[in-house]
Amino acid sequence: MEKFEKLSGIAAPLPLINIDTDMIIPKQFLKTIKRSGLGVNLFDEMRYDSEGKEIPDFVLNKPQYRDAQILVAGDNFGCGSSREHAPWAIKDFGIRCVIAPSFADIFYNNCFKNGILPIALPQEQVDVLMKEAEKGANARIEIDLEAQTVSTSEGQIFGFEVDAFKKHCLLEGLDDIGLTLEKAAAIESFEAQAAQARPWV
Amino acid sequence: MSPKTLYDKIWDAHVAHEAEDGTCLLYIDRHLVHEVTSPQAFEGLRMAGRKVHAPDKTIAVPDHNVPTTLDRANAATMTEDSRIQVEALDKNARDFGIHYYPVSDVRQGIVHIVGPEQGWTLPGMTVVCGDSHTATHGAFGALAHGIGTSEVEHVLATQTLIQRKGKNMKVEITGKLRPGVTAKDITLSVIGATGTAGGTGYVIEYCGEAIRDLSMEGRMTVCNMAIEGGARAGLIAPDEKTFEYVKGRPHAPKGAQWEAALNWWKTLYSDDDAHWDKVVTLKGEDIAPVVTWGTSPEDVLPITATVPAPEDFSGGKVDAARRSLEYMGLKPGQKLSEVEIDTVFIGSCTNGRIEDLRAAAEILKGKKIKVKRAMIVPGSGLVRAQAEEEGLADIFIEAGFEWRLAGCSMCLAMNPDQLSPGERCAATSNRNFEGRQGRGGRTHLMSPAMAAAAAVTGHLTDVREMM
Ligand code: SF4
Repeated sequence: MEKFEKLSGIAAPLPLINIDTDMIIPKQFLKTIKRSGLGVNLFDEMRYDSEGKEIPDFVLNKPQYRDAQILVAGDNFGCGSSREHAPWAIKDFGIRCVIAPSFADIFYNNCFKNGILPIALPQEQVDVLMKEAEKGANARIEIDLEAQTVSTSEGQIFGFEVDAFKKHCLLEGLDDIGLTLEKAAAIESFEAQAAQARPWV
Repeated sequence: MSPKTLYDKIWDAHVAHEAEDGTCLLYIDRHLVHEVTSPQAFEGLRMAGRKVHAPDKTIAVPDHNVPTTLDRANAATMTEDSRIQVEALDKNARDFGIHYYPVSDVRQGIVHIVGPEQGWTLPGMTVVCGDSHTATHGAFGALAHGIGTSEVEHVLATQTLIQRKGKNMKVEITGKLRPGVTAKDITLSVIGATGTAGGTGYVIEYCGEAIRDLSMEGRMTVCNMAIEGGARAGLIAPDEKTFEYVKGRPHAPKGAQWEAALNWWKTLYSDDDAHWDKVVTLKGEDIAPVVTWGTSPEDVLPITATVPAPEDFSGGKVDAARRSLEYMGLKPGQKLSEVEIDTVFIGSCTNGRIEDLRAAAEILKGKKIKVKRAMIVPGSGLVRAQAEEEGLADIFIEAGFEWRLAGCSMCLAMNPDQLSPGERCAATSNRNFEGRQGRGGRTHLMSPAMAAAAAVTGHLTDVREMM
């Protein structure tokens, strides 16, 4: 997995609540058997009209946001399905960090498996960052995972919470499965004990 | 011993390893797999030279993509990419030696219907699937939740999941339901009350008299939509109804093992003085048949209500409601019961079980549909067979419904079953998101009986008027 340490980039504002995974990547793009190449279809139905032409008003189609690396959005981001195609599409587009007042559980978790940092901040702070994001290329937002801070171009600094284990994996770019397999002995002894306690499973 | 919730008990019985910071390896008893969220996981295993750790605990069935038309044995009914996904699952199931129900098998169906039907889902288990509606299996008192593809790979390789414990939330539905009110109305009303993020970070246990009174099918409907309320998992404590349902299923324990299992299952309930981080209580008698008006499952109102105005809300919901109403083509103040319907879809893992079909047939008996098209998609091949045996299929066909083969179908419209832009659908599925049932399609969620009523009248209808 790609490491995440620091990021300084343009943030795209998407001031909508309940942005669901069907909006992030509609189902017709779930038919792939690969993880890559989904970036062009990120937010497909908001980004393109029914003929496939770009809708100029949509934030990621505006010239100043085409290289956005951060997304600032409303409450309950990523609700809906468990499709990891959502973070794959976000990452493939080039976005490495999503900031919102809250996230849906499964999406939040999926981000960390893909080198994306989701940051939950209080609404007032998200409002400040949303304003910053609206300035386009004139404002870069800086994220420091080690220090757990988000800084605006005006020098405002917000701290954020992140699970210590998830942080560690993201900073080091660690593969979960490899880490878990190091605990194979614990899994085996659990299995032996469970086979006694619940042999019908 | 300190008092525990049902969630605490199942959790404690499955922790294979706990790190100092509280990160746990949770052992997984059943891993359900379907064609859409698994190819990349199997590919990952291959690339790392890893095997499936417990193929015996892993069950696969294609459902999301498969055509539900009668001619689906003909490969040409599938688009190329759908076919590749289904073929990839065929191959992965074979190569890794996991249990498999191919499209040609009568037991094939929606993964969350097949699991319980075949007795794979049992009380006290941990169950995961690369699909958010895995919450369905919570109806058996199993801790069941959806996972992403990286986690699918993790479970395949290790039979565990890296987890932190969630919080406990109790949703109690007291008293009796009124006539015409169903499990779907309960679960939608709960989301209406708590919002789609109300359960985020929690595992919900549904309890109370109205929940006890539900059949296993109804309980599955309730737990299915826990995720729509933000909770990864919903649970209902197992009882005699649960044991009765499970007994004799192909993969349920038998003989002495059954007795041993039953002994443990009977300890699976929340202790009286257990701690709850959040409690929500609804009165069963206050719940009405409901429909959704917007593009979030929390946009729920009784069928007797009128379409709300954006100004009725606060915060970010004002804009969201405006956007929803525009998308849905509805005007504030309009009576919900006057909203005209083009299409009716009865099916999905929320409401594709035999009891749902019976409820629809009850309304449709001897009537004709007034909508442009209507389809019933049974949740599994066995549900379909049973409905045919009970004569329900004839009722549907005579009423003008298409009688389909099993699959997810128009619940998410990955196969050709889709709405066209502006087409308005009364659906028994679980998501009314923009574009969910096809680009520009407009979805109103409701119970099977309500959907059947809408099919007959051509508009959203209070089913109580037809009873
Ligand atoms: S029926 Fe719908 S919600 Fe259920 S598994 Fe299939 S697509 Fe998902």
